[in-house]
Amino acid sequence: MAVTLFLPTVLARLADGGTLRSNGSTVGEVVANVAERFPKLAPRLRDENGDPYAFVTFYLNDEDIRFNGSFAAQVKDGDELTIVPAIAGG
Amino acid sequence: MTSTATTPVSELSNEEIFRYSRHLILPDVGLEGQKKLKRARVLLVGVGGLGSPAALYLAAAGVGTLGLVDFDVVDATNLQRQVLHGTSAIGKRKLDSARERIEDLNPNVHVEAHETPLTSRNALEIISTYDLVVDGTDNFQTRYLVNDACVLLGKPNVYGSIYRFEGQASVFATKDAPCYRCLFREPPPPGLVPSCAEGGVLGVLPGLVGTIQTTEALKLILGIGETLEGRLLLVDALRMRFRTLNLRKDPTCPACGTHEITELIDYEEFCGVRQAAAADAAAASAVPEITPAELAARIARGDDFDLVDVREPHEWEIARIPGARLIPLATLVEALPTLDSARDIVVHCKVGGRSAKAVQQLQASGFRKVWNLAGGINRWSDEVDPTTPKY
Repeated sequence: MAVTLFLPTVLARLADGGTLRSNGSTVGEVVANVAERFPKLAPRLRDENGDPYAFVTFYLNDEDIRFNGSFAAQVKDGDELTIVPAIAGG
Repeated sequence: MTSTATTPVSELSNEEIFRYSRHLILPDVGLEGQKKLKRARVLLVGVGGLGSPAALYLAAAGVGTLGLVDFDVVDATNLQRQVLHGTSAIGKRKLDSARERIEDLNPNVHVEAHETPLTSRNALEIISTYDLVVDGTDNFQTRYLVNDACVLLGKPNVYGSIYRFEGQASVFATKDAPCYRCLFREPPPPGLVPSCAEGGVLGVLPGLVGTIQTTEALKLILGIGETLEGRLLLVDALRMRFRTLNLRKDPTCPACGTHEITELIDYEEFCGVRQAAAADAAAASAVPEITPAELAARIARGDDFDLVDVREPHEWEIARIPGARLIPLATLVEALPTLDSARDIVVHCKVGGRSAKAVQQLQASGFRKVWNLAGGINRWSDEVDPTTPKY
């Protein structure tokens, strides 16, 4: 399944831009695909076990994946995955 | 002109009626709404980037009581975005500067200044006397503290957060809304996410996000519209895109779900700040240092040594020490073969943190004669060459 990932600027500099195309049948596979292509981005998306961090939230379309199976959430063609890291500036 | 002091809080003076006329003719605000604003008590935690527009617009709108929590002093580097403060306020306490500006903007507003960091010891007491909180803090520990205190007290937490060109906003901790912990269960480890002081921020961005927070605060007070409860607004100023995502209340959230958190905790411990500071201090003390004056003396004597600048190229463009060679910290490993471990090496950055790490990396690679420039190029500017720009 072809999925579009949206990265915030803080992470976009670790990939080749803020909008990435990726593939997979689950969110975890989509993320793993991107992590393989951009090794510097990889540790910012998931921990060494390949699990999501508690301070980076993934939204599949407009919904938080943690309520839909987390990285096991199924994706379909055309889905959008938005990555929201915790920021604290004020 | 009728003095506010003699007008009961439930009534508006003629001066107030005239001042707020654009609100009074607005169907969803009107006289009743304006009285609600006058009776409202809003606490701003932080009067910096986000707190500046919030303080200005809440005061202008006629919110009766504004509580301000801050313990900082106005610095010239604040003025690029903290529009509450002016050049004449440099060196003044932010609370004094804020009070003067708010009283000039709207003398009907009562300002309550809390010159203290918000802590686990004082947060419940301070927040409990207000109707809602606008979170304009700049660190994770205070954000979790504000969140937990608001959940425990049942006070809305109007959240905003910024970094570089992007921001987030939401309304947490109302009766049915999720809280900050539902969004981010735990903070990132210290040092992973740079602060605005380290990573920069577009000056107008806190203006955008802070006015969104203010809009939400006013709607909560007035009881109108649809607030950001249960939604997270992402602001991308660079691409000028706004996106709202659905937030859900997490039944396993220790604050608002299971209610495991029954009292405020040690947030510096929770965010790993104290441990990180101790580790940094230990690392820094383990690294050999040279003061700017000693470095200047070595340069003046014509000593044979290498001066390595481990900052980023955009920082090198702002200021540099003559004779330095730029090797950004992230590229130091690749540059090792170009460095001579037989020669003396002095490493510097902006204030000494990154260069301390670089010295450790060099030591681990077998370099023995390496020194860190204490205080970095900013201290060099203070103590040796004031023509070097500080940033």
